[in-house]
Amino acid sequence: MNILVIAEHDNVSLKADTHKVVAAATAIGGDITVLVAGLNVGDVAQHAAKLTGVTKVLVADNACYEHHLAENLGLLVADLGKDYSHILASASTTGKNFLPRTAALLDVGQISDIISVIASDTFTRPFYAGNAIATVKSKDSVKVITVRTSAFDNVEETATADVVAIDNAHDAGISSYVSSELTKSERPELGSARIIISGGRGMQNGDNFKMLEEVADKLGAGVGASRAAVDAGFVSNDMQVGQTGKIVAPELYIAVGISGAIQHLAGMKDSKVIVAINKDPEAPIFQIADYGLEADLFDAIPELSSKL
Amino acid sequence: MKILVPIKRVVDYNVKVRVKSDNTDVDLSNLKMSINPFCEIAVEEAVRLKEAGIASEVIVVSIGEKACQEQIRTALALGADRGIQIETSEKVQPLTVAKLLHKVVEQEQPQIVLLGKQTIDGDNNQTGQMLAALAGMPQGTFASEVKVDGDKVHVTREVDGGLVTVALSLPAVVTTDLRLNEPRYASLPNIMKAKRKPIVVTTPEELGVDVSSNIEVLKVESPASRSAGIMVASVDELIDKLRNEAKVI
Ligand SMILES: Cc1cc2nc3c(=O)[nH]c(=O)nc-3n(C[C@H](O)[C@H](O)[C@H](O)COP(=O)(O)OP(=O)(O)OC[C@H]3O[C@@H](n4cnc5c(N)ncnc54)[C@H](O)[C@@H]3O)c2cc1C
Ligand SMILES: Nc1ncnc2c1ncn2[C@@H]1O[C@H](COP(=O)(O)O)[C@@H](O)[C@H]1O
Repeated sequence: MNILVIAEHDNVSLKADTHKVVAAATAIGGDITVLVAGLNVGDVAQHAAKLTGVTKVLVADNACYEHHLAENLGLLVADLGKDYSHILASASTTGKNFLPRTAALLDVGQISDIISVIASDTFTRPFYAGNAIATVKSKDSVKVITVRTSAFDNVEETATADVVAIDNAHDAGISSYVSSELTKSERPELGSARIIISGGRGMQNGDNFKMLEEVADKLGAGVGASRAAVDAGFVSNDMQVGQTGKIVAPELYIAVGISGAIQHLAGMKDSKVIVAINKDPEAPIFQIADYGLEADLFDAIPELSSKL
Repeated sequence: MKILVPIKRVVDYNVKVRVKSDNTDVDLSNLKMSINPFCEIAVEEAVRLKEAGIASEVIVVSIGEKACQEQIRTALALGADRGIQIETSEKVQPLTVAKLLHKVVEQEQPQIVLLGKQTIDGDNNQTGQMLAALAGMPQGTFASEVKVDGDKVHVTREVDGGLVTVALSLPAVVTTDLRLNEPRYASLPNIMKAKRKPIVVTTPEELGVDVSSNIEVLKVESPASRSAGIMVASVDELIDKLRNEAKVI
C-alpha cells in the first residue's frame, strides 16, 4: 500500500494535525509519503520529514499553492494521487475544502471524518451529529479520506525521510485569494489544547469572556464557545465547538453557560473529563458531565479563578 | 442570472436519532423531516440575490423519494421560482449527487450554484466541492458573506483560523455556513402561491447517471455512552475532584 498524506500548514510551520493524519496512515499500513504544497515551505518540509513512519516528503513550492486554493490544490493532489492506494488529509477546513474536489477528479468517493481504521479498506465514521457510528468499506481504487484528528494520537518525530522537490504547478486560473482576518491568540489552539473552557449564551456578552480567559491562562487552556455565543457576536467564529464547528477531545472540557444541544455535544462529548457549570439543573449538558456544578457562572467563575 | 439551489430532505435538527436494533441504519420512522438547515440558508441567500435584482430566477433541485417534494414546496414558499425533483429511492452518495447535479447544471446553465456546506444526516461536507470539480467551476465553501461583483463573486469563508475571502470567476459554486443569513419564515399567502409553482420530476436514468456506489455501509452502531457523573456542591469540591480524583489539573 502507498499512502499520500497532505500536510496541514500555514507555509511557516507544520500543524500538529499532520502528526495525527500520519498516525491514521500508520494504522492503515504501507509506505507513507507526505505532500507539502505551499510557498516557501522549506522548513515545513524538513519538519514533515521527521514524522515517524514517513519515508518521503514531496514539496510543491509554488505561488499557486500559497493560499491553499482548492481549485489548484485539488488538481495537484488528483495528479499525484492517482498513483497511491490512499489519500489522507485532516478534516480541517483546508482538507474539507480541496479533498472532495480531488476525489471527484479521480471519480472516486470520499470517506469523511474517519475515527478509526478497521482494515485498509474499512473505517468508522460518525454521522447524524455523532449519534451514530457507521462502519464503511470502500471498493474505490484510490481511497480518499479525511481524518478526524481528535480521534488519533500524535506520531513521534524520529524519522529522516527523503525530501524531494516536484515542479507540478497547477494554476486553474479561476479563483484568487483576496484577504484574510485570522484570529491571533497566545492560547493553545482548540485542536491541540489539553484543557478547553467554553462559554455559551449564558456569558451574556463578549466582555464577560475575559473571566474565562483568566481561568484559561491559569490552566494553560484554550477558549471555545457554543454557536449561540458566536451568533450573538460575543466571540469569533473560529471558537465554535460542535457538529459544524471544531471537534475537540481534550483531557478536560469545561462548559460554562452552555445548555448542551446535540450539535454542541457532537463537538466535545469525546473529551476525557467534562465539567458543566450551569444555573439550570435541568440543562442537558449535566447528563454527559462527569462533574456538574449548579451555580450562577458570575459567582462560580470568579471564585474558580481565584482559587486555582 | 439563474441560481440553482440543491436542497436535501433530512431529519429535523431538533431530533436525536436512534440506531435500529439490527444495526443496519438509524431509525427514521415517524420522525419530523425538514430542509437541511444549511440548504435553507442557501435558499434564503438565493432569494435575497433575486430581491436585490442580481438574480433573475431561483431553481431548487432535490434528489430523493417523492416525499422530498414537500421540501421543494417549502423552498418555493420561501421565494424560489420552480423546482426539480430527481426521483430515486437509493441512498445516493455525494459523488452521485454531484454527478446528477452536474447534469442539471449542464441543462440550466446557472451562474451560481448555492449548496449547504453539509447535510446534518450524512455529515459529509463533499457535494458542493465535487460538483465544482466536475463542472470545472471555482468554489467558495463555508460562506459567511457572498457579494456578486461583475463577472466575479467574492466569498468570505469561515475557516479554522478565522475568515478568508476569495474571488471566483462566474459561474461558481458556493456552499453556505450558518452565519450567512437567517432564513425567513414562509408567509401564508406565499405558501398558497407556492402550490401553483411548477415542479418537474426526472430520474437518474433519464439523466444517464448510474446511482450505485463503491462505498458500502457494513453496520451502524450507537456511540459509546458516557457513564453518569456526579453533581458537586461547590467550587472547592470541583477543584478537589479535578485535582485528586480526575487528576486533570
Ligand atoms: C445546522 C445547525 C448546526 C449547529 N451547529 C452547532 C455547533 O457546531 N455548535 C454549537 O454549539 N451549536 C450548534 N448549533 C446550535 C445549537 O442547536 C444550539 O442552539 C446552541 O448550541 C445553543 O448554545 P448555548 O448552549 O450557548 O445557548 P442556550 O441553549 O441558550 O443555553 C444557554 C445556557 O446558559 C445557562 N445560563 C444562562 N445564564 C447563566 C448564568 N448566569 N450562570 C450559569 N448558567 C447560565 C442557561 O441555563 C442555559 O442552559 C447548530 C444548530 C443548527 C441548526
Ligand atoms: N439528495 C440531495 N438532493 C439535493 N441536494 C443535495 C442532496 N444531498 C446533498 N445535497 C446538497 O449538498 C450539500 C452538502 O451535502 P453533503 O456533501 O452530503 O454533506 C447539501 O447541503 C445540499 O445542498
